[in-house]
Amino acid sequence: MSRTHITCTVNGEDTDFLANPGTSLLDALRDELGLTGAKEGCGTGDCGACSVLMDGKVTCACLVFAPEAQGRDLMTVEGLSSADGVDGDHLHPLQQTFLEGAALQCGVCTPGFLVAAKALLDHNPDPTESEIRYALAGNLCRCTGYDKIIRSVQEAAVQLRSAT
Amino acid sequence: MEYAAPTTVDEARTLLADNPGSRVFAGATDVVPQMRSGRPEPSVLIDLKRIDRLMSIAHNNGHWTIGAAMPTSELTSNGEFSSVFPGISEGAGWIGSDQIQNRSSLGGNLCNGSPAADSVPAMIASEARAVIAGTDGERTIPVADVVTGPGQLSLADGEFVVEFEIDDPPANTGDAYIRMTPRTEMDIAIVGAAVRVTMDGDTCTDARVVLGAVAPTAVRVPDAEAALIGSSLDEAALAEVAAAASAAANPINDKRGTIEYRVQVAGVLAKRAAVLAAERARA
Amino acid sequence: MTAIENPKTYKWVGTRPIRHDGYDKVVGKARFAADLNLPGQLHAAYLRSPHAHANIVSIDTSMAEAMPGVKAVVTGDDFPALDITDPNHDVSINVLARGTVLYHGHAIAAVAATTKAEAQAAAAAIEVEYELLPVVLGIDEAMADGAPLANEQNYQKFVGPSDPSNIATHTPLERGDADAAMAAADIVIEREFDCAHVHQGYIEPHACVVDTGADGKANVWASSQGHFMVRAITAAVLGWETSRIKVTPAEIGGGFGGKTTVYLEPVAARLSEKAGRPVKLVMSREEVLRSSGPAPGAKLRIKIGATSDGELTAIDGWMAYQVGAYGDFAGMVGAMSVASYKFPNLKLESWGVLSNTPKTAAYRAPSAPHAAFAIESVIDDIASELGMDPIELRLKNAAVEGDLTAMGMPHPRIGLVECLEALKASDHYQSEPAEGASRGVAVGFWFNIGEQSSATVNLNEDGTATVITGSPDIGGSRASMALMAAEELGIDVYSITPVVADTEAVGFTDVTEGSRATFATGKAVVEACRELKVELCRRAAQTMGVDEAEVEWVDGAAVSPSHGGEPLTLAAITAQAKRTGGPLTATASLNAAGAGPSFAVHCADLKVDEETGQTTIVRYTAVQDAGTAIHPSYVEGQMQGGSVQGIGWALNEEYIFSSDGVLMNPGFLDYRIPVASDLPMIETIIVEVPNPSHPYGVRGVGETGIVPPMATIGNAIKAATGVRMTSLPMSPPKVLKALGDAR
Repeated sequence: MSRTHITCTVNGEDTDFLANPGTSLLDALRDELGLTGAKEGCGTGDCGACSVLMDGKVTCACLVFAPEAQGRDLMTVEGLSSADGVDGDHLHPLQQTFLEGAALQCGVCTPGFLVAAKALLDHNPDPTESEIRYALAGNLCRCTGYDKIIRSVQEAAVQLRSAT
Repeated sequence: MEYAAPTTVDEARTLLADNPGSRVFAGATDVVPQMRSGRPEPSVLIDLKRIDRLMSIAHNNGHWTIGAAMPTSELTSNGEFSSVFPGISEGAGWIGSDQIQNRSSLGGNLCNGSPAADSVPAMIASEARAVIAGTDGERTIPVADVVTGPGQLSLADGEFVVEFEIDDPPANTGDAYIRMTPRTEMDIAIVGAAVRVTMDGDTCTDARVVLGAVAPTAVRVPDAEAALIGSSLDEAALAEVAAAASAAANPINDKRGTIEYRVQVAGVLAKRAAVLAAERARA
Repeated sequence: MTAIENPKTYKWVGTRPIRHDGYDKVVGKARFAADLNLPGQLHAAYLRSPHAHANIVSIDTSMAEAMPGVKAVVTGDDFPALDITDPNHDVSINVLARGTVLYHGHAIAAVAATTKAEAQAAAAAIEVEYELLPVVLGIDEAMADGAPLANEQNYQKFVGPSDPSNIATHTPLERGDADAAMAAADIVIEREFDCAHVHQGYIEPHACVVDTGADGKANVWASSQGHFMVRAITAAVLGWETSRIKVTPAEIGGGFGGKTTVYLEPVAARLSEKAGRPVKLVMSREEVLRSSGPAPGAKLRIKIGATSDGELTAIDGWMAYQVGAYGDFAGMVGAMSVASYKFPNLKLESWGVLSNTPKTAAYRAPSAPHAAFAIESVIDDIASELGMDPIELRLKNAAVEGDLTAMGMPHPRIGLVECLEALKASDHYQSEPAEGASRGVAVGFWFNIGEQSSATVNLNEDGTATVITGSPDIGGSRASMALMAAEELGIDVYSITPVVADTEAVGFTDVTEGSRATFATGKAVVEACRELKVELCRRAAQTMGVDEAEVEWVDGAAVSPSHGGEPLTLAAITAQAKRTGGPLTATASLNAAGAGPSFAVHCADLKVDEETGQTTIVRYTAVQDAGTAIHPSYVEGQMQGGSVQGIGWALNEEYIFSSDGVLMNPGFLDYRIPVASDLPMIETIIVEVPNPSHPYGVRGVGETGIVPPMATIGNAIKAATGVRMTSLPMSPPKVLKALGDAR
């Protein structure tokens, strides 16, 4: 099996890599590009730990075949601190509120939640608690019971709205 | 295994015909889990998402045309479509999480052939049609005729669904899809019920009742429809609807629900969907 | 060590700084085991048993060995056979089967190859001939006379017959005269309960990378709750000295008890040894659910007698825990966990029973949740029969200091009464449930443990400090170590770097389990800091030219009334360390005594859709005694996390086995853990009744939170519908059926 050459944009930078057609985008990001922020929690789209943005839409990288990334614009958690006008020396408001709000314990689900929360706030800057919970229903967390995650997203939404 | 991303229907048709064992896909939300659980790899993965026709939605000449590979998140966020067909929109929206919604498609949800597919009952209730491309050109059949059993389609080798057509409903028509899942999200439906009614004041003049997840395919319930038509959806009529829905259910026991449970809840959800559809019809 | 008086005067303990390891976790830099890659590494895959019980007649790996990319293959023959009395015998045969497979998914062989796909293809090409054996699945079935054996090498532990059996343990506990008290009681309620197996559900599958060098030494990076345990068990399974193995704990993506044992590392080590290259071995989600240890299932019969004014006089309980294919201790703990009420008369017996299902593993307060579900449900029924408020009834019978646990140990200072009072006074309990909702409450208890910990505190030349411990951080404990050290040394918590070091860089430390890290490892940190303060004062005395006895440590500096000048700050002293005697460092090691139990009281308001059986929780409050909350945000986090795991256990989580012993739902689609939209906020109330045996009064908090939720919810469902649910999970089909049966 020969590997395909894929070119795309990842976290704002022109990027390319090789992958077999059947390789998932998740494995390509982790193994070819060294972007290990996205995690495999299940490999079947049921846990959201591998969430990335593809052309601005949140999706499970484990369900995307690497060649589908050709020409696409991808964002992983590693790109969050240069999104929304934040410079790389500072954290994105979501990252900051997650830390201040203790919204992570083991941290393995955190990258997926940060990406999914960013997608939510991009489309809905003033979500209700219920809208946040449904938007993040695709991200499983076993440590926190979600409470502090939801509160941190609410706080980040306030900060992002007041910054614009 | 190879990957191909055709940009036209003809290209896709040729790839499918020329490569035995190849498979078309859109969001891969069923393909990937199936491959991981041991289903044989296709010879070629044919990605339909670079074909504009399969990714677009249009409303003209009294009907809607929806590309089979278009992500359902685009369907549910289409305000005009969702206001005309709230039931189809909510069915499509229940397919999965936001991550899944950005990948799942009406075509994939139908052609996976699951009896529990969330978008299918409401599509059938609105008499949606599937436009199918194959070696002999294109043909159009009712969505209700596509799935013949769990994982089984009436499509011939080399055929795939290109788009769906749904006619504008008559005035004063509303639809609804309600499903039962143990959690509020992420689950496969244990029972699904779609109802579409047309109302003349308080009287129902037309009805379609379709159940999901309670039989080998989605099933229409003519007796429930008959109970609605001519009624004002009073308690007696709704009780008949529920009884007819329960009688039409022919489910299995599996890890998601028992026969008993599915039969009983089919009646409950058919009733609730009818009430909601009627409210929407009158609005 | 005695608790510090006047806890409210702490400067750092009780504050909520951002945790030191947090930054890496929010930018995607934190390294979990599967994130690590070594040059030249191979990927490994298993062959697992397709049968729930069978003898292995032959294994032929020749085809696999010849396949592309394959560099090594191992089977049970590549490991020494441990004696049946060896404490690691069971774990060693669970790691790779020897002669018999005991459950569907039991590992038989493993392959290391250049790619994972090659390893999987080769594993599938290993040919195994099986002789099928009877499959034992149910508790009653396993306990019946003449039942076939689930594991022919299982002998009942401690006291039992000399023949192999399906019984792992039998634990009778008794005091007073339960039969007489029951006969004299004004009200007696008896119920039977059953609980399906559930899984800890950590989001990160088990993973490791092992590099065994040609010198025979293995370097292991593991996702684990205890890297010294990984070293010990890996050594035992391989037949190596522990000094040949170094284990570095990677960041761990959840454990909850499920990662207090070993599955992968010995296999990866042997593959690496054979192949001469590092080996990465990661479980898939399906493997995690099929083959790693869930919590036991259980059947319980609980009978409780009371007087008409609500005194609980007697409890008579029979509990059987299904512990999987090996003799496990889980069956003992169920009875031992009965400790919340005075119960002057008590007769309990709990059993561990085998089955051809995966070897069970610990899950947050192991075995206590099942017992509490049953007991708190019966107590609730007694309260409602007597027309008593459920909190008042519990207050009347609540254990206090000096009351005996089921094991006959007197409680030390405990906080159950305080927790009950706190719930009673809470906004939640003082408010009416929302329209259409009904309320339930329940109590939970967990012992918590001490065990061994070591800590080294190094003072750096510029007055900052490094605190080095060996407790893998599963809930934010690094932050707590830094807070306690900051409080002791009197320096800023961000001047302290807390580190979890590998097995060669810190003293022996037991597994992070039993809610012990903040308690026991915290004690070691405090002890090391206090030793340093003595030395700091000695150095200061030298510099000041005064007597050592005249120097005190106050607010991060050495002060002496005899020395007219300024206090000597820590930084000033460390700057002179070389001149005054050398590097400033201290190590403390201990086997911690005095772990304080933690009690919890939970309250849930919920609605039941009586036409579909679906339960919706609208309000939830968890009250728990933390002793002293070192970092309140992470104490709250433990309470909330345990509550939600318990909610999942209550409503939807269950292992569904076929009649052949095959798990039908080995994935997160059909093994249904709660999602964010299922839940309201989880309100928390931290009660602080300091533990006198810890310098800051700490009680472990990690586990108790999972003990009350199932009964809390069952009690609320009873209040909503009048129906007592006795089978977990209380899923919609079961609730609807129970409603129908009751009507």
